Amino acid sequence: MEAIQEHKGLVFPLNRTNIDTDQIIPKQFLKRIERTGFGQFLFYHWRFDDDGQKRTDFELNQSKYNGASVLLAGENFGCGSSREHAPWALLDYGFQVVIAPSFADIFYNNALKNGIIPIIMDETQLNQWMKQAENSEFILDIDLEKQRIIAESGTEVSFDIPAYHKEKLLNGWDEIALTLQHEDKITAYEK
Amino acid sequence: MDLNKPKTIVDKIWKKHLVHQEEGKPDLLYIDLHLVHEVTSPQAFEGLRLNDRKVRRPDLTYATMDHNVPTKNRDVIKDQIAQTQMETLRKNCEENGIKLADMHHPDQGIVHVIGPQLGLTQPGKTIVCGDSHTSTHGAFGALAFGIGTSEVEHVLATQSIWQERPKTMNVQVEGDLGPGVTAKDLILAIIAKFGVRFGTGYVLEYTGAAVRKLSMEGRMTVCNMSIEAGARAGLISPDETTVDFLRGKEYVPDGKAFDEVAEEWLELATDDGALYDETVTINAAEIEPQVSWGTNPGMCVPVSGATPNLNNVEHREDVERALDYMGLKENQPITSIEIDHVFIGSCTNSRLSDLQKAASIVKGKQVKTGVRAIVVPGSFSIKLQAEKEGLDTVFKQAGFEWREAGCSMCLAMNDDIVPPGGRCASTSNRNFEGRQGNGSRTHLVSPEMAAAAAIEGHFVDVRNYSELVS
Repeated sequence: MEAIQEHKGLVFPLNRTNIDTDQIIPKQFLKRIERTGFGQFLFYHWRFDDDGQKRTDFELNQSKYNGASVLLAGENFGCGSSREHAPWALLDYGFQVVIAPSFADIFYNNALKNGIIPIIMDETQLNQWMKQAENSEFILDIDLEKQRIIAESGTEVSFDIPAYHKEKLLNGWDEIALTLQHEDKITAYEK
Repeated sequence: MDLNKPKTIVDKIWKKHLVHQEEGKPDLLYIDLHLVHEVTSPQAFEGLRLNDRKVRRPDLTYATMDHNVPTKNRDVIKDQIAQTQMETLRKNCEENGIKLADMHHPDQGIVHVIGPQLGLTQPGKTIVCGDSHTSTHGAFGALAFGIGTSEVEHVLATQSIWQERPKTMNVQVEGDLGPGVTAKDLILAIIAKFGVRFGTGYVLEYTGAAVRKLSMEGRMTVCNMSIEAGARAGLISPDETTVDFLRGKEYVPDGKAFDEVAEEWLELATDDGALYDETVTINAAEIEPQVSWGTNPGMCVPVSGATPNLNNVEHREDVERALDYMGLKENQPITSIEIDHVFIGSCTNSRLSDLQKAASIVKGKQVKTGVRAIVVPGSFSIKLQAEKEGLDTVFKQAGFEWREAGCSMCLAMNDDIVPPGGRCASTSNRNFEGRQGNGSRTHLVSPEMAAAAAIEGHFVDVRNYSELVS
């Protein structure tokens, strides 16, 4: 996985709660055997109608969100299926950071394994950013090292992330290689 | 840890599986059983190959094909990409010496159905699978949870996983479930009452008189849907019911060895007085048959109820969106909702007793004109047993389609799809938008409720159904 220290990008607000991984990437696109190429299917049935035409009523299709890379969403983001295709699709589409009041456990883990920064943020702050991003071009600068988010207006908000997750993201470490440093203990356990 | 301090089953299993522990980091836990299926594993095996790594313990890994498999005609796979995915699993298993119950194997079935059926699932085991419904195996007092593909790769390579110690929650179910009220209604009622996030960060342990009285099939149904409450896992302490179910299964020991291991299993049960981080309670006697009306499993009401009144809801926009998607209005009585599809199957409700109960409802009756109803047994072996009991004839005579085993219309990755705008009474676990097909509308119910809906063409209360029709 790619190391990530900081990310500055255009914000896309998706003000819905309990966005499940079936919405993030519908099942008909889970049949590939690669990790790549899932971005085109992100939020597929929200972005496209039955004829494959872009839906004008889905905000992500508006040109002002072209190139968005920071996703804001409602509580319990990523609930449902364990499919890692969900973070693969987000990343492949261009989203590097997801900010929500809460995440489903499996999605949170899956995001971390792929170099997406999942940030838990209180709803009041988040709603304020949602409004700003709905009304005008809104950019957030996420500094993982310092655990703070800076808006263009200069306001700064700090966030929590467990130290071991942060370290892995900052360094882009291969978790299996890290685990294999404890291989003697695994072998001892097996005896 | 104080040796005399009462412990929960989670404490006991955790301690037994610790490989490495370090301040400020998750624990490294050993995994006893890794279940694998075709959809979430190809990228994991590919990752191993790219890094020149091997499967550490093929003997603790077991694979099957379930998500993609056709249930009508096994020999015709129209979808080339699905075919490639199954072919890839076959090759990966061959290369790595992993046992595979492929589409034509007598042990084939939904991964969460065959694990218990073969006795691979046992109390005290740590079990993972690249599938969120792995919580099903918790019914046996195993610590079982779903993982993503990166973690599948990690477990293949190391037979271990980094896990933060979860908090524990006691979900206490007092009283008795009434006649016609099932394990499915119990878990739906729990999620409706406490919400789709109440379990986040927790392992749920289901306790209380009503849980003790559940069969193993019922317990699996309950634990299966723990993930729909956001929980990492759900489990039930083992007891004599658990031991009786496992006796004689293929992968458990025989004779005296079985009695010895059964003793150990029973000792895993949570000790009296053990402390949980949280406790919630629900009274089983108050639970009615449930029907979901919306687009997540918490959007669920008793069959005597109605869709919500928009003036009385939190997150009004989400409720409006859900009603709109479902083609329903506020305050609409559940029994007025007409359906055109019925699906009896999935890792939640496709076991023999589910089929028996559904068959008892439809026996001698006819599926309502305009309703397409299908039964998809959870495994090949369940299908055979059901056929031996003549259940297939009962279903077919009533107008149901009788299929081969697989995940099928629960997630509609194969040809079993509810068309856009179609409305399905389904015994599965998720009613998300498009879950059973783009534009499909899903109502989650028990097998009995689904069977009665198939006959009547709309939801009815199964508790007085026999009186209703006579």
